[in-house]
Amino acid sequence: MATQHQTLGQLVVRRLLLGVVLLLLISLIIFAGTELLPGDVAQSILGQSATPEAVRNLRLEMGLDRPAAERYLSWLSNILQGDLGTSLSSGRDIGDMIGDRLGNTLFLASSAAIIAVPLAVFLGLIAVLHRNGIVDKIISISTISMISLPEFFIGYLLILLVAVQLNWLPSSSIVYNSMSFAERLQAIALPCITLTLVCLAHMMRMTRAAILNVMSSAYIETAQLKGLSPFRVIFHHAFPNAISPIITVIVLNLAYLVVGVVVVEIIYVYPGMGQLLVDHVTNRDVPVVQAVGLIFAAIYILLNMFADIMAIVANPRLRHPK
Amino acid sequence: MKVINALSKLCINLTWAARIGLFSLCIFALAAIFAPIVSPYDPHAIVGDVWEPLSASFWLGTDQLGRDLLSRLIHGARNTFFIAGAATLLSFFMGTFLGFLAAVSGGKADQLLSRLNDLMMAIPTLIFALVVLSVLPANMIVLILVMGVLDSTRVFRLSRAVAVDIVVMDFVESARLRGEKTLWIIFREILPNALSPLFAEFGLRFAFAVLFLSTLSFLGLGIQPPDADWGSMVKENKDGIVFGIPAALIPAAAIAILTISINLVVDSILSRTSSLKGGR
Amino acid sequence: MSDSHFLQVSNLEVSASINMPGDKRKKIILVDNISFNLQRGEVIGLIGESGAGKSTIGLAALAFARSGCGITGGSIKINGLDILSLSDREKNKIRGTQVAYVAQSAAAAFNPAHRIGDQVIEVAIQHKLMSKKQALSYANDLYAKLGLPDPENFGRRYPHQVSGGQLQRAMTVMALCAKPDLIIFDEPTTALDVTTQIEVLATIKNAIKDTGVAALYITHDLAVVAQVSDFIMVLRQGKMIEFGTTDAIINHAQQKYTQELVSIRVAEKIEQAQPSVRPLLEINHIDAAYDGSNKVLEDVTLHLHAGQTLSIVGESGSGKSTLARVITGLLSPLQGNIVFQGVELSAELKNRDIEQLRELQMIYQMADVAMNPRHTIGQIIGRPIEFYHGIKGAQQRRETIELLDQIELGEKYIDRYPAELSGGQKQRVCIARALAAKPSLIICDEVTSALDPLVADGILQLLMSLQKEHNYAYLFITHDLATVKAISDSIAVMYQGSLVRFGQKSAVLSPPFDDYTQMLLSSVPEMELGWLERILASRKMQSADH
Repeated sequence: MATQHQTLGQLVVRRLLLGVVLLLLISLIIFAGTELLPGDVAQSILGQSATPEAVRNLRLEMGLDRPAAERYLSWLSNILQGDLGTSLSSGRDIGDMIGDRLGNTLFLASSAAIIAVPLAVFLGLIAVLHRNGIVDKIISISTISMISLPEFFIGYLLILLVAVQLNWLPSSSIVYNSMSFAERLQAIALPCITLTLVCLAHMMRMTRAAILNVMSSAYIETAQLKGLSPFRVIFHHAFPNAISPIITVIVLNLAYLVVGVVVVEIIYVYPGMGQLLVDHVTNRDVPVVQAVGLIFAAIYILLNMFADIMAIVANPRLRHPK
Repeated sequence: MKVINALSKLCINLTWAARIGLFSLCIFALAAIFAPIVSPYDPHAIVGDVWEPLSASFWLGTDQLGRDLLSRLIHGARNTFFIAGAATLLSFFMGTFLGFLAAVSGGKADQLLSRLNDLMMAIPTLIFALVVLSVLPANMIVLILVMGVLDSTRVFRLSRAVAVDIVVMDFVESARLRGEKTLWIIFREILPNALSPLFAEFGLRFAFAVLFLSTLSFLGLGIQPPDADWGSMVKENKDGIVFGIPAALIPAAAIAILTISINLVVDSILSRTSSLKGGR
Repeated sequence: MSDSHFLQVSNLEVSASINMPGDKRKKIILVDNISFNLQRGEVIGLIGESGAGKSTIGLAALAFARSGCGITGGSIKINGLDILSLSDREKNKIRGTQVAYVAQSAAAAFNPAHRIGDQVIEVAIQHKLMSKKQALSYANDLYAKLGLPDPENFGRRYPHQVSGGQLQRAMTVMALCAKPDLIIFDEPTTALDVTTQIEVLATIKNAIKDTGVAALYITHDLAVVAQVSDFIMVLRQGKMIEFGTTDAIINHAQQKYTQELVSIRVAEKIEQAQPSVRPLLEINHIDAAYDGSNKVLEDVTLHLHAGQTLSIVGESGSGKSTLARVITGLLSPLQGNIVFQGVELSAELKNRDIEQLRELQMIYQMADVAMNPRHTIGQIIGRPIEFYHGIKGAQQRRETIELLDQIELGEKYIDRYPAELSGGQKQRVCIARALAAKPSLIICDEVTSALDPLVADGILQLLMSLQKEHNYAYLFITHDLATVKAISDSIAVMYQGSLVRFGQKSAVLSPPFDDYTQMLLSSVPEMELGWLERILASRKMQSADH
């Protein structure tokens, strides 16, 4: 086993380097995805009825006459210098457009994660403690149902009940800079609940599976045969070994959070990155889509990398080499 | 005969929850197949007032233009089923073939395919789809291709994982030592042993495709008007929600019931084997 | 009299309930009406084949049943207290403190996340039997007593940092640490090599003697149990076949089944002389490695004549299975070549022609995974007939039935699936599949290791009679010296990738021996009382001589 001989530090550095390479490759894919697909970007932006003159002008404006590799490199070097380019539809600087929106999206997504992750792990543990019992069955059936619900069903149901019928919270989440923290929290309450519900079920099911997998190990039987209390068996013997798989599970599910946030922002008219992305996909404003898509992908990759490093650090075999 | 036997055996083994799921799946499928016969009105005709409530003449009420919701739901089911089904089939043919090939070939070919797949999966599917749809025309073929190709990465991962477990078995080595060709090993040795996890995965992937298509349509990037699927019906009717009109929830609920039904059946088939695979 | 017994098991019944189609449940009895008594300081050996219920009885002594099973009848009294009637909390008080358990695979039974020492003293600490300081110093004493290296610091290591034999001894320390009255040893040496097994066996025996603890010793190996136990209980399919003192069972068994267990492998092949013709298989100076750096095989040279059996014997890590992979072409050697029927074989499988592939067949250790579970027996045996000989349809079926007759199964199995067969029957089908190719050489990789002794004996006899009839050559890879003695014409002993000894059976098995062969041969337990003491004493004398 080659990996066994590597030290913890080496593995972490390797993973960091891999993350950088991955980011570069993703930027290439996103660029290629919008530039090299069949059909002319300029043509598809202007539609089939556009005059050849207009298409030609747009091609020049977008620099489409230059080779793709050259355009990619200049796009990438601009991004690395902090210049995300300008919007085709509004002519505004993309960096300015993103500005506050990135903060808004991160605020919403991290609030949901802060609620969902501990709750999912807790419910997963409860399900394992009562496995095959009635509590487990109820959790199981309700999570299957939750997984199957589209985000907009949960979102609009909550609006109808909580905002329209009960009038407890606003139906749309308008935020502005002068808002206090408490006001902000109130504004994102409904989208946050929706997002939590969307990813909670997935996370909980996988956490349960990860812990059950550990619980079937021989060393758990050993612990039981030592006459230890069920509490000690789970928390002292199962949990330390379940940390890495649980981290993996949580990261797998952060993808649901990223996807969920796009849809939830549309439902609640929340001024974030998701809304920006969808609006500009509809406008076929390619530079904005590239920039926002890259930011979403980068956040997801960084989270993944962070979690992988955590999982490496949590592995006793790597922490205590031979 | 064998198929019927297997199916009837399956039904006996199902839990009550799965039977309910199977029953509602059949209802949905029949409604979609016989849409022109069973739908009470022309789905495009304005037959009543805007957002009429449920009544004897409009069982599910009317939409934002006064069209019958039930008729639109039944016809919309066709689009939903067809596109989601075609995309899932595409993703399965691509994903399983490449996944098995990677597992059987091993070595560099496996490394190349797997790393490429990891790369595709490093971007959340919806973000990837949005980027691609910003330059491609929004039509049915494009939707099926984009959804199918993106989803095939998940199928690839599962089928490779399943096949890798089978490839290390001595019976595959035995076939190799006998001198059998790669295709024989894929279709005769591996495929028969991978069918049940793949069958369950097909159900999950179809449910996911339904959700994905609905999400795209809801965002205005899927099925374009005047055509409709369940997701675009939610979009059309969403403005009523703030006035307390639940019309948008009806197609949304239809999506939910469909995907819950699929998940109940699949979960029962998988019974207690939970897996960490899948994901968006 | 019964009050003096420390452990009393009466009419024990353990059963499993499995889900049947349509929400019905079926009860399967795993252990049926077992009764025995045990006094302090005594050891009872539980012996039987897989599925005999040995481990289930062992776990029941801790009032424990694995998931899906339950203790459904009888009583187990420890010091007069019926432990089955206790609450879960009270059962936990007994586990580890009065009754401790030593599992088969210590590598899996130790928690990888915690230090060995913390796990060893956990029972004493958690049940508040000792202070941490007391427990640590007692554990250190035990490490020293059981011969673990650097006893002061041994407990600071993590399980993956020590060897399998050491871990198995540490598991025994863990059981002893809370000073229990009874220890259940569940196949504690089965996962170890013979040369390691003998050391662990000796430490376990001494530990039992020194501490005066009572023990249940579970194993499938009668020769092992004869060394450590005072009484032996023979089990089969959950029922007791015979119970008696070790002497009575080994030397004067009453029941036919026990007699068979004691007397298996009397048959021995008479060694054939080496003919002067060119050998069928010549292995010349083979070096091999999996990753290019660490050599798994070094300069191995062997040969095998048509119609004869060559056994390659060695412990895990000796490279014997790697040699098989090189011969079959699954692994290309770094150096050396293989000549088969006078022609050099290509190093890579894909460059060998179909005739070469046909002439060289292989049978595996695990028959379960060597057959595609979705193919019928007829398809499994029929495929090589079609593939190599182009025979299809009725003719193919006729030949398949002929082969089924040869392996003593018969036509009725042709449409069954592997899952419907027993372990021994599956291995027979694998043999038939190899025969279907009409080969001249069959590589047998540990073909009997996964089988119970009586079944394994049947397979060996079948292989020998087939050899007599069809003149097949066998390359037999095994770690089991009894098998080697029974079937070989020539023997090769391997150790850490190198050939230690090679020659005719009679020559290899007679003195003068090299050190490794001497140790290997003397480590194989013999079905004889006092063998362990005798061998340990003679080893002590030898090391004193040096």
